[in-house]
Amino acid sequence: MAQVNVTIDGKVAHVEQGSTILQAAQSVDIKIPTLCYLNLHDTNMENKTASCRICVVEVEGRKNLAPACATPVMEGMVVKTNTLRVINARKKVLELMLSDHPKDCMACTKLGDCELLQMAERFGIRELEVGKDGAQSTYKKDIGVAIQRDMDKCIMCRRCETMCRQVQSVQALSGINRGFDAVVAPAFEVPLMETKCVQCGQCVAVCPTGALTEKEYTDEVVKALMNPHQTVIVQVAPAVRAALGEAFGMPAGMLVTGKMVAALKQIGFDYVFDTDFAADVTIMEEGHELLERLNKVAHGEKDVKLPILTSCCPAWVNFYETEYGEILDLPSTARSPQQMFGTIAKSYFAQKMNIEKKELVVVSVMPCIAKKYEAAREEFGEDVDLVLTTRELARLIKQCNIDFEKLEEADFDAPLGESTGAGVIFGTTGGVMEAALRTAYEKATGKILENVDFEAVRGFEGLRTATISLGETQLNVAVVHGLSHARKIMEEIKAGNPRNFHAIEVMACPGGCIGGAGQPYHHGDVSILKKRQAALYTEDQGKVLRKSHENPFVQEVYNQYFKEPLSQKAHELLHTHYHKKERL
Amino acid sequence: MSKYMMHILVCGGTGCLSSQSGEIVEGLKKAIEDIGMQNQVQVVKTGCFGFCEKGPIVKILPDNTFYVQVKPEDVEEIVSEHIVKGRKVERLLYENPESKTPISDSKHMNFYKKQMRVALRNCGFINPENIEEYIARDGYGALAKVLTLSQMEVIEEVKKSGLRGRGGGGFPTGLKWEFAYKNVADQKYVVCNADEGDPGAFMDRSILEGDPHSIVEAMAICGYAIGATKGLVYIRAEYPLAVKRLECAIAAAREYGLLGEHILGTAFSFDIEIRFGAGAFVCGEETALIHSMEGKRGEPTTKPPFPAASGYWAKPTNVNNVETFANIPVIFLKGAEWFSKIGTEKSKGTKVFALAGKINNVGLIEVPMGTTLREVIYDIGGGIKGGKQFKAVQTGGPSGGCLTEKDLDTPIDFDNLLAKGSMMGSGGMIVMDEDDCMPAVAKFYLEFTAEESCGKCTPCRVGTKRLLEILEKIVSGRGTPKDLDTLKELSEVIKDTALCGLGQTASNPVLSTLKVFEEEYIAHVRDHKCPAKQCSALLQYRITEKCVGCTACSRVCPVGAISGTVKKQHTIDISKCIKCGACESKCRFNAIVKE
Repeated sequence: MAQVNVTIDGKVAHVEQGSTILQAAQSVDIKIPTLCYLNLHDTNMENKTASCRICVVEVEGRKNLAPACATPVMEGMVVKTNTLRVINARKKVLELMLSDHPKDCMACTKLGDCELLQMAERFGIRELEVGKDGAQSTYKKDIGVAIQRDMDKCIMCRRCETMCRQVQSVQALSGINRGFDAVVAPAFEVPLMETKCVQCGQCVAVCPTGALTEKEYTDEVVKALMNPHQTVIVQVAPAVRAALGEAFGMPAGMLVTGKMVAALKQIGFDYVFDTDFAADVTIMEEGHELLERLNKVAHGEKDVKLPILTSCCPAWVNFYETEYGEILDLPSTARSPQQMFGTIAKSYFAQKMNIEKKELVVVSVMPCIAKKYEAAREEFGEDVDLVLTTRELARLIKQCNIDFEKLEEADFDAPLGESTGAGVIFGTTGGVMEAALRTAYEKATGKILENVDFEAVRGFEGLRTATISLGETQLNVAVVHGLSHARKIMEEIKAGNPRNFHAIEVMACPGGCIGGAGQPYHHGDVSILKKRQAALYTEDQGKVLRKSHENPFVQEVYNQYFKEPLSQKAHELLHTHYHKKERL
Repeated sequence: MSKYMMHILVCGGTGCLSSQSGEIVEGLKKAIEDIGMQNQVQVVKTGCFGFCEKGPIVKILPDNTFYVQVKPEDVEEIVSEHIVKGRKVERLLYENPESKTPISDSKHMNFYKKQMRVALRNCGFINPENIEEYIARDGYGALAKVLTLSQMEVIEEVKKSGLRGRGGGGFPTGLKWEFAYKNVADQKYVVCNADEGDPGAFMDRSILEGDPHSIVEAMAICGYAIGATKGLVYIRAEYPLAVKRLECAIAAAREYGLLGEHILGTAFSFDIEIRFGAGAFVCGEETALIHSMEGKRGEPTTKPPFPAASGYWAKPTNVNNVETFANIPVIFLKGAEWFSKIGTEKSKGTKVFALAGKINNVGLIEVPMGTTLREVIYDIGGGIKGGKQFKAVQTGGPSGGCLTEKDLDTPIDFDNLLAKGSMMGSGGMIVMDEDDCMPAVAKFYLEFTAEESCGKCTPCRVGTKRLLEILEKIVSGRGTPKDLDTLKELSEVIKDTALCGLGQTASNPVLSTLKVFEEEYIAHVRDHKCPAKQCSALLQYRITEKCVGCTACSRVCPVGAISGTVKKQHTIDISKCIKCGACESKCRFNAIVKE
């Protein structure tokens, strides 16, 4: 592509034609402030609304200031990013934004992560000259079981909308109203729970302010812990250990499994268990379901359908029920690891430990916001009582006066704390498929799988496909993350599955659970997600057992309780059914 | 039209229709039939004559008799006197305001004398619902001519004419066409922007109501020039009559082979669809308009890319305003040279203005560029209502500014108005007199822009609201001198940072009135006085020595603020007075003043 030369604050930048002023400035180490702009490379998310006007710059020969994020460079362009005119304009724009923003920052969920507050700090806003006593745009608070919307804090950056529409293709959010009352909301401002929102929470993950946050349950967890009559156990999802350290200033991608377990024990959980264990159980069920379906199809059973779709991701399940309610027989009926854990804990474990079911509290720590919604689904009763995000756990650790970095590492408790490497990689896109393949291969062929690393399904591409030999059977698999990719592949399946896929893994969030909306905020740095992903593969690598069916405690649960995968008891407790959802 | 000896033209524009001109048409037709003259006299429901102040208008050809403020009950007399006996109905003739003598022929009315109707050439002359009448006025002749030229020849002709966009921006039309022409694509679009939104402006509506075929023809010409086969008219749904006439025109043009496949036997195919807008001001901005047409939220996006490169469904799209299009057929019929001789050096042709406010002849006028404001306001507009003092004229609508006495001899064109701190805009012209308070005027416009802001960018969404709040503070007497600095500073920042034209110009009414009427603002914030005596919060009622003690005022006062004994001068208790003005209107001795 043709190169152009532009001068920015006296520095000459050589950039590709079509680059923006912002990109050109970055190339010569000039950091123009941005607020609405967000580019999550490799995820199809570029919010280029140019609406906040914080990044305005002076362009020679242009009458007004130009938004650096959306103005393409031209040969010979001369740009100034820090003149008095520019600085004044930016400050005034920021002041305007702050003048219509609640000032109770100390009581905001986003405190510490608020990009608006960081901007105020950067510009040294001390007094609001404009609009000090001006009107405030206010909206009804929308508090769901998973997502909380406080649109008084919305600055109309539209990141959530871009995420919801472009990346997730859910289209639950859009700009509504006009002028001072303009805000991003579901159509007709109905509560998000009543829309086709899938609760993935990626809107929360990119919201620069406290307008969109998770519904917190930390206080309820503390209350349960303080109740002497209750046994409180906790399960931690795989992706949490690859990100929790970030909340304590540790580098992204650092595994903190041992410290995390130690912290949970110090907080006072009676047993600290691992969702990875349940992930191994999931593979037992889902893997066998895949083999059973393949077998039945091979024998010409017409009412059995392929491809099988994974069902661990609650946002994906919601998306499926809303968008593809007419073909509910495709997804695996296996419950997600979180729910499998909950049901095993409240049945098998409670019996084994002789704990009254109603005195057993199951807490989950998840990288995910949709897990809060999943736990609240009617069909799952009270299997999982409370769900915290990684962020909430970090706050809880801080509240409990624990110096996280100095903790001695500890091990998960038995029996629900033992897992294999297959369970660990559930936390990343491609991981569920790889874990399933490890087990399916051995079950289908009866041979030992020597190389367990299915590189073909790993990576960060939105859609990855591979053909895997299970002995004589050639298995066509696909892995997608981000719901717009899921939509594309589903449209292909609906059109007759021309590529003859047998199994598809779907995770709603970009990167899978490591990029879940409950993780420490990435603030637009996608490299963080890749580091978390690498961390999970490292943990897998280090495990002695890397195939789910080799997990001795999983074997024990089957021996003692479920007998075998897909048994009647397994069907009762470990499987579920789906409902068509008709939503706005 | 020739087979008739007489034509009775009745204004069928929205304004006159709402004053029962529809009934007048029906009445006339029936009366003519009753006397059996339906083959000699034709009743035509036309578009707008422009002289809305005195509507409904009935004009009789061939002698140009111009009847004003006609009512349905006047029909009988017009027919029996004028049509049958050849005697004019004097009482319905327009009266020269100075000499108080009736003027029969509209050509002699000051209102029409200095006008030059190019864009409005057919408005008030033909039946807009009859394509034959348009064709009789050389309609579609321009299209036929254009189809014999090359695309670039067409564009060159438009460039040579010097025509600039009439929607507000004043961008050279030919150049815009050339950009769209040069962008290669499998599909291109021609869009007519009929989302007229300036308060008081109604030229686009009038053209569509009075001469819809000129727009259909011009869009086809543009389509040929840039290589588009599809045209879209984006029109606000609040213009039902314009929509109806446009639909009628499109259908007729299709029937006559002037739209559709292989127009006039050539390889050129073109058709037009109508898209409705919900009346958001911002949808007049071309990128917002395009988003609205695509079914998206009507909000602008940053330019570049311009629609000529990436417009409707990301295809090259040429967007022109109604009035711009209305000029196109004339340019080809009479030649670019003819057109470019009209007007000033950089602004060619004519411009339609909607006269409103404190002016005698409210209505729609069209004058050559270069006509002075004085000519428009005093000669055509008939001066200020009630003999009051002229104070200012606001041009350019909510994006424009105020011009005063010293600017009256400025020849109107795009550049002169800009240089004077205002702008041409779409041609709204609101005249203000000594009773108008300028901070209140600025507040009026800010109310409009704050309401019409789409809310996308911060400066416009929050900034216009804050400007409005400060202006509200000032007119309610709570303003401080510091507020004026804040107003100015904030206005400049909004202008400098807003995303689209609406936001960038939203503060113009503030900046312009602040510049020209600074003293008036200072009076509000320093002395807490409103010199125009409009801001009730800053006024106090007082009873002067003229009071005879009739007690009428104290009896009418709803809050018992007036006291006094019979036949003695009364007084008002300011702390109780709610400034309703009831006493002032009740007093027969002009003894109550507000100051």
